[in-house]
Amino acid sequence: MNYDILITGLIIVAQILAVVVPVLISVAFLVYAERKVLALIQLRRGPNIVGPFGILQSFADALKLITKENIIPSGSNKIVFILAPIITMVLSLAGWAVIPFAPGWVVSDINVGIMYLFAVSSLGVYGIIMAGWASNSQYPFLGALRSAAQMVSYEVSIGFVIITVLLCVGSLNLSKIVLAQQTVWFAIPLLPMFIIFFISALAETNRLPFDLPEDESTLVAGFFTEYSSASFVLFFLGEYASMILMSSMTVILFLGGWLPPFDVYPLNVVPGVIWFTMKVIFILFLFIWVRGTFPRYRYDQLMRLGWKVFLPFSLFWVVATSGFLVYFDMLPN
Amino acid sequence: MVLYSLTFYLFSSVAVLSALMVISAKNPVHSVLFLILSFVNASGLFVLLGAEFLAMILVVVYVGAVAVLFLFVVMMLDINFVKLREGFLQYLPFGALLGIVLVIELGILFLTDRSSNIYNNQTPLQPIVNEVENTKMIGQILYTEYFYLFQICGIILLVAMIGSITLTLRDKGGVKRQNIVSQNTVDASTAIEKKKVKIGEGI
Repeated sequence: MNYDILITGLIIVAQILAVVVPVLISVAFLVYAERKVLALIQLRRGPNIVGPFGILQSFADALKLITKENIIPSGSNKIVFILAPIITMVLSLAGWAVIPFAPGWVVSDINVGIMYLFAVSSLGVYGIIMAGWASNSQYPFLGALRSAAQMVSYEVSIGFVIITVLLCVGSLNLSKIVLAQQTVWFAIPLLPMFIIFFISALAETNRLPFDLPEDESTLVAGFFTEYSSASFVLFFLGEYASMILMSSMTVILFLGGWLPPFDVYPLNVVPGVIWFTMKVIFILFLFIWVRGTFPRYRYDQLMRLGWKVFLPFSLFWVVATSGFLVYFDMLPN
Repeated sequence: MVLYSLTFYLFSSVAVLSALMVISAKNPVHSVLFLILSFVNASGLFVLLGAEFLAMILVVVYVGAVAVLFLFVVMMLDINFVKLREGFLQYLPFGALLGIVLVIELGILFLTDRSSNIYNNQTPLQPIVNEVENTKMIGQILYTEYFYLFQICGIILLVAMIGSITLTLRDKGGVKRQNIVSQNTVDASTAIEKKKVKIGEGI
């Protein structure tokens, strides 16, 4: 009897590792890709020394950062200071539990998958607030306050976008959301929502042009100013892992997850996980492209965009979509 | 089954302990953080009961939004701990009275109601596996049987929202605001004025 528990436990651990290890490796390559793409945009060469084409640069950087001394400021609140990066990292990995990479390739296929993702992404703000407060320093605190207000604001519009998609699916299960897009990906009928979701995802992950919490030209490095060495690495990994998580969420909600663009012969023999990865890479490229192109928003402009543009528009779209579905009797089951 | 009980005891003990820490922690920010921990564990208990929708709503609403604002306010306020503890003995009898009343009520509930089904039923609480997801079940009840109550809840929330906006909205004179539309429509002809400056005179 005891062996059963042991085996179940081992299987769970193996599943977790099977998801987390590829995510961490892809974070390393995402950092490399970002530096390369930004370099191409700015007509530079980017990292090209470590390994062929500089492909091992991220690993070298990680090794360098981890071997440095971890400095904990004497005025800081030590426990919270150490907890903050750990929470950021854990939350950015927790969301992967429900992501379906291909039919049946999911650690936990729960009924409320999309709510779980939404909950996990809304918890992400705690790592930042705790870091800002525990550092006991002005710049991190300002960064933390900015990020608290920013992430709460953009969650509202993300919530409405999710509701719009759910109206068309009739289920909160992520696999069912993907399967509902077999005829057409939701990015086509719900194009405005797709754009709003993408922009809100930029704000939710604190990426440019909304990286006000770590605004290096005014706040030194924002909420992680006081962090060094391994704790800084955790923040860094957390940020990029949540970027990939948000891209996967975009792909599942709007770009048909593991489904091929057309269900015709040469396309539908390609395994679902390859389609999924390709779409995620496309969205990640958009993230980097936006970073290389747009200047940073001013804080009041950011708030105006969230509350006065996205919120009314997404609310209107929820009403319009439900009205359309009811009028044409297209509500799912 | 063993795993199930283990997770139950883990969640419930952490929830109770962190609730204790909420009232005993010296630092108010730590109190709020323990409150959050307590919320998260409560939602874990909901998951064990098979009420996954409620669990997620608890995390999204209380942890993701309400507690963030709590934390925000507590961090910004300059709280004087010595002053807060001054009135401790003064409030002690009243607080103790409230606590005793609560304990007695709970005791009565547990002692008298032994005949009812809930307490005699010794089968452990297990998730009820149904064909219908509980999200759907909640929807089917909420929007039919409790439709009017649900609407009234919405109206109460609306009134509260309008109230808090009117309380905090102050129109200070002399605040410069941007008109985004007029700013976006600026072009060279409206923004630049050409002047011929005579030497030695200035404008």
